[in-house]
Amino acid sequence: MKVGLFIPCYIDQFYPQVGIATYQLLKKLGCDVDYPENQTCCGQPMANSGFSPLTGGCDKNFVANFDAYDYIVAPSGSCVLHIKEHLKDDKNPEKAQKIRNNIYELTEFLVDILKVEHLSSNFPYKVGFHTSCHGQRGLHLSSMTERVLPQFSKPEQLLQKVKGLQLSYPERKDECCGFGGTFCVFEEAVSVKMGKDRIEEHQKNEVDYITAGDVSCLMHLEGILKRQGSKVKAIHLAEILNHE
Amino acid sequence: MSNLKTLDHAAAAEIFIKDEARTDWHDDTLWFVRQKRDKAVHGIAEWEQLREWASEIKNHTLSNLDNYLIAFEKQAEANGIKIHWAADALEHNQLMHKILKDNNISRIVKSKSMLTEECHLNDYLKKQGIEVVDTDLGERIVQLRDEAPSHIVLPAIHLKKQDVSETFHEHLHTEEGNNDPQYLTEAARQHLRDHFIQSELAITGVNFAIAETGGFVVCTNEGNADMGAHTAKIHVACMGIEKIIPKTEHLGVFLRLLARSATGQPITTYSSHFQKPRSGQEMHIIIVDNGRTKQLGRADFRNSLKCIRCAACFNTCPVYRRSGGHSYHTAVAGPIGSILNPNLDMKANADLPFASTLCGSCSNVCPVKIDIHEQLWKWRQVIVEEGYVKPEKKIAMKGMAWLFSNPKVYRWAGKSGRWFLRTMPFLGNNKLNVWYKQREMPEAPKQSFHDWYQQNKNK
Ligand code: SF4
Repeated sequence: MKVGLFIPCYIDQFYPQVGIATYQLLKKLGCDVDYPENQTCCGQPMANSGFSPLTGGCDKNFVANFDAYDYIVAPSGSCVLHIKEHLKDDKNPEKAQKIRNNIYELTEFLVDILKVEHLSSNFPYKVGFHTSCHGQRGLHLSSMTERVLPQFSKPEQLLQKVKGLQLSYPERKDECCGFGGTFCVFEEAVSVKMGKDRIEEHQKNEVDYITAGDVSCLMHLEGILKRQGSKVKAIHLAEILNHE
Repeated sequence: MSNLKTLDHAAAAEIFIKDEARTDWHDDTLWFVRQKRDKAVHGIAEWEQLREWASEIKNHTLSNLDNYLIAFEKQAEANGIKIHWAADALEHNQLMHKILKDNNISRIVKSKSMLTEECHLNDYLKKQGIEVVDTDLGERIVQLRDEAPSHIVLPAIHLKKQDVSETFHEHLHTEEGNNDPQYLTEAARQHLRDHFIQSELAITGVNFAIAETGGFVVCTNEGNADMGAHTAKIHVACMGIEKIIPKTEHLGVFLRLLARSATGQPITTYSSHFQKPRSGQEMHIIIVDNGRTKQLGRADFRNSLKCIRCAACFNTCPVYRRSGGHSYHTAVAGPIGSILNPNLDMKANADLPFASTLCGSCSNVCPVKIDIHEQLWKWRQVIVEEGYVKPEKKIAMKGMAWLFSNPKVYRWAGKSGRWFLRTMPFLGNNKLNVWYKQREMPEAPKQSFHDWYQQNKNK
């Protein structure tokens, strides 16, 4: 089973530790992992801003890098969702389709494909889970409060296997943090207010860390936490699952 | 009442949020309604099935809209109702004006009609020297204040009881500083009662019009549609063409969904069925298009016409709750407004599809399964394609697209001080670092993942 690791641009540049954790974790779990070195960005920032015709270069690059793998795995629900919904290749539509079918968000891959039963991780802290919308509602990584369907959560299933970890949820379990891609700058006031409100609920639970499956949400929350001088830290789920 | 756009959503939202305590109050109040909705729907095991049925009934109806409208007209006329057709807002207002003039009417009450808001009927009639009294409590409050409703179900949700007290003191001469809700409601009731008794004509909206019977249903919690329609000589109901449903048996599905989604009630307090005029009364229905057939013709957006105006998408929307309804500068605000209004005027409403994080909560809460957030995404594409976008944004996006299409340039740019993400979002915005206003920047690590991987892959 050949796994192509997709490390989205901003993780590559600003949160390499998340990429490292993901890579090491997959290795630990026995995967044959490769990082195609010419990858850049999935194209989501342009597409979500209304410029999907500009994503041709990203699409082409993505197909060239990931065409050869059985599975593509990334520690970012929102980039995975973008690829799943929008990756195009006009010359070889079947190649794009194959990638769209085979790309997985990390927790989804661990639960549904690897069917992970045990983890050797240890993380003795109070951790608040932030449910990232694109993973939850877009990729169906967990149930949501809007729908009347059975409850489940793939990320939670994994976090419960981590030794010492005390998991908590904010009162509004699945409300958006306000990042929203370029929304975070074009609608700065609402974006920050949403982030502040998320943080406040986690702080009420006296958490040490806030975790999520999307670095983008965490980058936004971390920015506000740091500005507030808060002791609460942001950490990606992959880092927790890889922590021993 | 001015619905003219002065600020775009982001700028208006920023002003709203400046009063943070009030923003919190607004957010909590609407969240409370959303929780009531959750409680009500989680008690219904077949909720998702109901949504599916509602969605299918609406899809079917929209595909046969002409036939059902004609059937409705025929049946309603057979019942003695007069039917009028209006192509747009102006025609709707003119038709209404004609009915008023022909019957020499000056005392008018109105209940539950967002459509007349959409057509700016009050403004229009005011210019002709005619005053309409809104009788829904919330609507009356905003009307006295010369404001637009900020929510389609809770039109005065942006106001606190102190605000209402001040407004009533000024207009209804209630006691200054008396904020007791019961006292204020009683004052409003007495004031409205006088209007009901004197009214010669009552305007109502239509929640559902039934093709099979030619009758229609109006849902109110205050019973004011009944009060108006039962005292006035003439009843004029205004409906958008999408309000039609095929048969009476379909009503059950929608009535169960509507109230629960709107307020968490099992059913609206009054579901008033109107079938024909009582003796001595005249009944009219104005059936309005106003852009709806255009939307019906847009394959990506026709689904938005399934909307039953429950406002669940407003209450669940984290952006709406924190920016207030007026920041949307349109009669129908919130997520659904953001996909309906660009159809009416793309230029004036080009900002609205961007007033969302695309979190998707709206689509999942919607009782008729409108893919709201996907339509928001699609509107963004249309708006950019049609050129309603700032040139700076376009340049920034082109720059990014180029950078990301060239792995070598991307890596070089990343390495040179990891500046690219620092600058990326703000290139389109000359006020420089908007991110930094209230957030710290991520720290720039020495090594990218790419570099780490090159060093460590063979270890
Ligand atoms: S779009 Fe759906 S949720 Fe929103 S008001 Fe219409 S029916 Fe209700």
